[in-house]
Amino acid sequence: MTETTPTTLPAQSPPADPAGTAKARLSWWRGDGGEGAKRNLGLLATLAVLVVIGVLTRPDLYGDASWVWGNTLTILKLASVVGVVTVGMTFVIIGGGIDLSVGAIVALAGVWCTTVATQSYGAGGMIFSALTVGLAVGVVNGLLISYGRLVPFIATLAMMVAARGLAAEISDKQTQVSNNQFINGIASTDVLGIPLLVYILAAVVLAGWVLLNRTTFGRTVAVGGNPEAARLAGINVRRHTLLLYALSGLCCGIAAIMLTAQATSAQAAMANLYELDAIAAAIIGGTLLSGGRGTIIGSLLGVVIFSTITNLFAINGLSTEAQNMVKGGIIVAAVLVQQVQFGSLTQFLARNRATTT
Amino acid sequence: MTTQGRDLSRRRLLFGGAALGAGALLAGCTSNEQAPTAAQTKAAATGGNNEPGKKVTIGFSAPAADHGWIAAITNNAKAQAGAYPDVELKSVEAGADAAAQRAALSTLLSQKPDVIVLLPHDGKELNAFGLEAMKAGIPVVNLDRAFPDAKAYRLQIKGDNYGMGVAAATFIAEQLKAKGVSNPVIGEIAGIDSLELTQERSKGFADTLAQYGLKVANRRAAEFTADSGQQAATGLFQALPRIDAVWNHDDDQGIGVLAAVNQANRKEFLMVGGAGSKKAMEDIKADNTVLKATVTYSPSMASSAISLARLIGQGKGMSDLVELQVPKEIVLASETITKENASDYLKLGF
Repeated sequence: MTETTPTTLPAQSPPADPAGTAKARLSWWRGDGGEGAKRNLGLLATLAVLVVIGVLTRPDLYGDASWVWGNTLTILKLASVVGVVTVGMTFVIIGGGIDLSVGAIVALAGVWCTTVATQSYGAGGMIFSALTVGLAVGVVNGLLISYGRLVPFIATLAMMVAARGLAAEISDKQTQVSNNQFINGIASTDVLGIPLLVYILAAVVLAGWVLLNRTTFGRTVAVGGNPEAARLAGINVRRHTLLLYALSGLCCGIAAIMLTAQATSAQAAMANLYELDAIAAAIIGGTLLSGGRGTIIGSLLGVVIFSTITNLFAINGLSTEAQNMVKGGIIVAAVLVQQVQFGSLTQFLARNRATTT
Repeated sequence: MTTQGRDLSRRRLLFGGAALGAGALLAGCTSNEQAPTAAQTKAAATGGNNEPGKKVTIGFSAPAADHGWIAAITNNAKAQAGAYPDVELKSVEAGADAAAQRAALSTLLSQKPDVIVLLPHDGKELNAFGLEAMKAGIPVVNLDRAFPDAKAYRLQIKGDNYGMGVAAATFIAEQLKAKGVSNPVIGEIAGIDSLELTQERSKGFADTLAQYGLKVANRRAAEFTADSGQQAATGLFQALPRIDAVWNHDDDQGIGVLAAVNQANRKEFLMVGGAGSKKAMEDIKADNTVLKATVTYSPSMASSAISLARLIGQGKGMSDLVELQVPKEIVLASETITKENASDYLKLGF
């Protein structure tokens, strides 16, 4: 991503701060990769604190090992749908955009795949239509943003309203029950003691990680950090942007199948405010809102932290309002951390420039 | 260059063709031919109040919420208006929130209907509109969500939210007593927590349970949607390893709650629903799920509101009552539907 290694500069510049540059090269831990790892360790520590709070408040439940295992799986199942959406969202945000329409796409794909006509084609038809609808809406988003030159915020906001409207139109505002045993079974089947939903989440996260870190496409996702530089580097920025939104749409299609399976039904109001959950999780996970930086693992940890909080409030019988306030506080804290880091980054760059001139 | 161009165009053709094909296939999939639920109307009998009278124009507005109950409200109102030859219904979409509904209603007001029937997004927020319309001489029939100001409406017809809680708690308490469960664990899955109706339902539930010496062990709020119901129920099951009874406020979100019951494989408790959807009644009748009863909050009130609005417009009273005018407030009773009477109520399910 940021391949501007300061080590190449000292050749022309006076060795004003040799200790500093040496330090930058000294260890991976202090460098670019270490920053993500440190943040992920911080997230794991937060997760551990949440678990400790759970143990302290409900020792009766945490005393039972089988309950703890079942609860862990429940937290992961709760995280699975938003997790899949967040993987797509992470790509879009790293690419310098934002996708406010994800919740609406999930609802539209869910409603579309549970119409009477689609259900008559069986599970295959339902999965096909959910994935295709998600992908198609993502492509429309991408076209509007990359070739129509709309601001991502506006384009996806419009899509959020329009897709929910279309979903309400198709479903006639009714809850559509899924009668397909295979689809419903996705949420209730365990393989080797682990729910299928968790495998799907793991597969999507793994695919996202490989795509982001081990392919040329992933290496160039960070165009969001500086689109002009990316264009000059010979990257087809427009097509690239289009693909990012298509990817987000596809993730929503997968999430729609999972959510439909969980609720054994779909309706236009489903997946309410998932866009905020996904954006918040990505930001907590260290994805820069201005683009150019972020990790899949961080986003996954962000989602798991949120679902652990939901679980913690549920087992303690606390209200949803209190829970939302805590979530809001955590988002603010995460952005503050980002701000501090970002501030230090600009400082670092400024210092570097001063030494070269 | 040219070969590459041709290659590219062929690839485009293939992709384009595939996209078109998928699109055509998908468009075919939106058809949604379900057996329509019969609207809950009262057939116009001959004689008395049902004799066609003065032509009445009724303005109607209800939120465009994506919820089975609201959809049934609008359908019922339209169907009931259609059953009267002397009623013309002018329906305006109320949009997504109170502000949008206020805008829609002001255009309705300028068309000067004889009566306005409205289900407000929020009674408090649209109180001012009620006052304005009444001042302009147009009687307002408030459907379900009360205006705080008595001068803002001519008639208020609503369901009994507190009574729903009472009915659900009574059923649960009696069932548990009959089973002889000591120290029962009772869970509650509420609807949207910020709505007054949810608070009233929960208060009725808690008050009545207290009379039996019982209390709610854990209460989770959902959002009236199936997916939120599934999540709330899953949380509830994690918090309570053993449950004796659950009251779920809404049958639409109950689809998700029942899904969560199956996924968690928890069958040790009895569940009571709310509102009275057709699917819930069928489940109760079949008696093969944990759902043993539901307490009604029937959207048939929209049909009644149109009938009463017509009488108000024609200056008539309700024929079974002595008074010459329609009463000012009507609160429907919340009825308990169990396996025994489910067949009778099935036609009222939405």
